[in-house]
Amino acid sequence: MSDLRELYQQVILDHNKNPRNFHEMSDATSRVEGYNPLCGDHYTVFLKVDGETVREVSFTGNGCAISKASASVMSSTVKGKSREEAERLFETFHRLVTGDESGLSTAELGRMAAFSGVSEFPARVKCATLAWHTLRNGLEGRDEKVTTE
Amino acid sequence: MTKNAVLAEDPRPSALGTQPYPIERIRADFPILARSARGKRLVYLDNAATTQKPRQVIDRIVRYYTEENSNVHRGVHYLSELATMEYENARGAVQRFVNAADEKEIIFTRGTTEAINLVAQTWGRTNVREGDEILISAIEHHSNIVPWQMLAQEKSASVRVVPVNDAGELLMDEYERMLNPRVKLVAVGHASNALGTINPVKRIVELAHANGSLVLVDGAQGVPHLHVDVRDLDADFYAFSGHKVYGPTGIGVLYGRQALLEAMPPWQGGGDMILSVSYEKTTYNALPYKFEAGTPNIAGVIALQSALDYVSGIGLDAIAAYEHDLRVYATERLQEIDGLRLIGTAREKAAVVSFVLEGVHPHDIGTILDQEGVAIRTGHHCAQPLMMRFNVPATGRASFGLYNTREEADALVAALHKVIEVFR
Repeated sequence: MSDLRELYQQVILDHNKNPRNFHEMSDATSRVEGYNPLCGDHYTVFLKVDGETVREVSFTGNGCAISKASASVMSSTVKGKSREEAERLFETFHRLVTGDESGLSTAELGRMAAFSGVSEFPARVKCATLAWHTLRNGLEGRDEKVTTE
Repeated sequence: MTKNAVLAEDPRPSALGTQPYPIERIRADFPILARSARGKRLVYLDNAATTQKPRQVIDRIVRYYTEENSNVHRGVHYLSELATMEYENARGAVQRFVNAADEKEIIFTRGTTEAINLVAQTWGRTNVREGDEILISAIEHHSNIVPWQMLAQEKSASVRVVPVNDAGELLMDEYERMLNPRVKLVAVGHASNALGTINPVKRIVELAHANGSLVLVDGAQGVPHLHVDVRDLDADFYAFSGHKVYGPTGIGVLYGRQALLEAMPPWQGGGDMILSVSYEKTTYNALPYKFEAGTPNIAGVIALQSALDYVSGIGLDAIAAYEHDLRVYATERLQEIDGLRLIGTAREKAAVVSFVLEGVHPHDIGTILDQEGVAIRTGHHCAQPLMMRFNVPATGRASFGLYNTREEADALVAALHKVIEVFR
């Protein structure tokens, strides 16, 4: 049970139940789909980018608790950041969930720290990173569907 | 000969009597069931994905490579003759197992998927023309959808889907209505891997034949749970996989009516499927070799016989009765769980229970169950259109085999309570 509590931390359960920025965006500058065919996780990420700044992030869709909470935390973490910062947050998050935590500071991680347990569950890494991969595609102006297979 | 080899020669379950169902002896035949997973006793309920292998099958593979390994249908030397004899004996065993009329009607493939593709690419490409229709059911595995889509695309034909009701049962009236002179083939699963529904194959065949259509049965989930008699079913093609019936992976069977197989062009070219080759003209071999190009999975074929002998030793009827009891018990226990909804409640079902749990995605269920040592499948079960039909992204699926027990169904239920504990 302890490993499970480590994976399903309160922040994750909360964001799964009450996802933040969980809506469509009519004035989005880009809209990108992310799909995990293995488990059927399927999200659309909406971005409003103004020059170098990511003004707004929202998402819709369905999937497991890890993927939904991750999309929710991603949306609130990236909101207001520069493209460059968003890219760095992606790297940080990726290192966290793949167990490469050397040099990651708690301050930088913020709410993303709740996903530290994911690294113990390799099959779930792609759930945790789905929304982030989708975000990156949106920022790079690629609108093809992201899959994490 | 070693003691093990003597044991391996008796493929029957270690129990001699079959009354009552010798569950303890059967479990002892499957070495993997004694291992733990995540520090817990392994509860393996993913049999629709693949079954575990009894010692009789494992030992047979070891004995083949230890004492008999050689290529088949080629050499004049002792080992080649031995391997060829064992290989062809296995074909006879498969023929008897499904009650085919002739050994020639048994083609060894890599599995069900390859068997279906073989029919689509040979019979299909020869007989399906523009405007023709292939009927499938709404509960098919991707392997009984995609090969027909590929064929239909090539031939400008169409694949039409016979709908199911909310229980996951084929709507036979709709099926009858959809049969028309353009329908060249009906391709249906014997039992659904995702829901467990057993299709009324015999009636499906009767109606198809009356319409002048052929029938291919995807028997991947039929053979492990049901007594299969291809002549009684009157199926034109019947495909199944070894690994779902306690045999090795990488070996499967296509049964086809002899006259149909004779008329079909070969599929893959190579050794063994030819009689003579020159640069000007190649003459193809007779059945069944025409469809078995290249060195086959000899160990797989031979060990498949051991697997079929094993289940025959227990008796398919005894297995079906035991699994039925287990499924009914598991279904009752699962229904006690608050917020659990069964997907697929057909009257005729194989030992598969598919479910969703309110507020918890199946993938999260899978991870938490795994921590309890309980192995189930979560996802779309290679049946995405079916998931759409039931308006769920995925389900959890517990599928039972001949070695599972009521205690294991209890362990599943206990683990599901852990899921609820985490999420509520």
